[in-house]
Amino acid sequence: MKKIEAIIKPFKLDELKEAMNDLGINGMTVSEVRGFGRQKGHKEIYRGAEYVVDFIPKIKVEIVIAAAMVSKVTETIINSVKTGAIGDGKIFVMPIESVHRIRTGETDQNAI
Amino acid sequence: MKKILLTVLLTALPALAWGGDELPTPLNNAAAINLVQEHANYLWTLVAATLVFFMQAGFAMVEAGFTRAKNSVNIMMKNLMDFSMGSIAFYTIGFGLMFGATNTGWFGTSDFFLSGWSPDGDPWVLAFWMFQCVFAATAATIVSGAMAERTKFTSYLIYSLFLCAFIYPIFGSWAWGSLLNGSGWLEKLGFIDFAGSTVVHSVGGWAALAGAIVLGPRIGKYGPKGEVRAIPGHNIPIAALGVFILWMGWFGFNPGSTTTADKSIAMIFVNTNMSAAAGAILAMITSWAMFKKPDVGMSLNGALAGLVGITAGCANVGPLSSIIIGAIAGVLVVISVVTIDRMHIDDPVGAVSVHGVCGAWGTLAAGLFNMGGTTIKIISTQLIGIGAAFIWAFGVAFILFKVIDLTVGLRVSEKEEMEGLDIGEHGANAYHDFVTTK
Repeated sequence: MKKIEAIIKPFKLDELKEAMNDLGINGMTVSEVRGFGRQKGHKEIYRGAEYVVDFIPKIKVEIVIAAAMVSKVTETIINSVKTGAIGDGKIFVMPIESVHRIRTGETDQNAI
Repeated sequence: MKKILLTVLLTALPALAWGGDELPTPLNNAAAINLVQEHANYLWTLVAATLVFFMQAGFAMVEAGFTRAKNSVNIMMKNLMDFSMGSIAFYTIGFGLMFGATNTGWFGTSDFFLSGWSPDGDPWVLAFWMFQCVFAATAATIVSGAMAERTKFTSYLIYSLFLCAFIYPIFGSWAWGSLLNGSGWLEKLGFIDFAGSTVVHSVGGWAALAGAIVLGPRIGKYGPKGEVRAIPGHNIPIAALGVFILWMGWFGFNPGSTTTADKSIAMIFVNTNMSAAAGAILAMITSWAMFKKPDVGMSLNGALAGLVGITAGCANVGPLSSIIIGAIAGVLVVISVVTIDRMHIDDPVGAVSVHGVCGAWGTLAAGLFNMGGTTIKIISTQLIGIGAAFIWAFGVAFILFKVIDLTVGLRVSEKEEMEGLDIGEHGANAYHDFVTTK
């Protein structure tokens, strides 16, 4: 099992969700996060004083899937959220030791 | 037949209205007409007072919107309490100092505790008091914005009482005392300040300047090399709502200052609106030219600058002059906000620029654009009034804030300022289900 952690532009969340639905993935966790990468921050002006917003709002999507699906899922994510502009985000893939469904006590593959 | 009946009815009606004990004569007809006019005056004055009262909500929203979320509870408490405590202070002391009888022309000495009213006496003094009370509270609440995010709550309460009991009423007696029982030295010179560009706004604005200077800037407002840093406000829509509320309230503030329901309020209404509109537009254009973007905070301040600017002359100038007065106020407020910022005087909402600077401009403009013509004497009298307001309000407020600073302390601790005054002063949180980041 693997966890896909994708940092994406906030307005791309709906497209990503639709694409995951089409793949038959029926669960994800989403959080509002802030950070920066190569995009760096952007400048804003407040009452005549310029300031830099270093940490830009992003959405973090976490999805746990079977290991065999990783390349399919990452490819789909990239296709659904890519704009080609700097700041499109990143995808991290990491191993998962075990999964437990709290309601039934099912584990691993059955619990995803 | 019908015609006869109608004639009988028409001739009988006035007699019925008089209860049948007296036939209408030119004399008692005039008395009845005067009574209706008098009732209209009460109604208009108290409706206007209600509009001016609602400006408190406007000030509270502007101040909260232009500052950080962590200080919002404190700002609501300050705005609630400066009106509440101000009402009591104006009732006990302020009103008498402002409108009581005087031998000197410097302050009144009667009418404390509303003693001019008795249950069987003329209730006009009550209507007049109510209208003047909401004005006093307006002067007090102006200061709150300039001192936001770092002032000790107890110290703010002390200052509020003092402003409504002494600083505002004493200056007010100089310019407006004769509206009731007083007679001030400034009004005797012919000083024009119809609704209070100087009496209310400059007095509040200069006291705010004294407060901001004695307090010093908020932590993080200026960088190590003295560069100006932005501390963005947390809710611009709320600040905008506040400005709209203030704009509406001003339709009571200026036209209500007639305290008479007559036709003159129409022009004052139009003047008030035109000046605000011109102020907002010119502030937007000025900010666009200076910062490459049309700045929302500056444009909102611009509307208020136009309103403050027209307050003195709203009954003495025409609509075209109002547009010019408002336009100049709109440019002035942007330049003033930036200049005061660079002088390392931290005024989070621009209260000093809006009320102090544009109040002074409006008072001068009332003389310059006077419909009855202008003379060197009128201009010099306006300048004397502007100068007297600065010396009195800034001077006394500066001493007051220094004394408070040396006794109870004016500013919260560094730790409390970082955590926010909501927690430190009130043990509360304005937005409980949200994460307050900074």
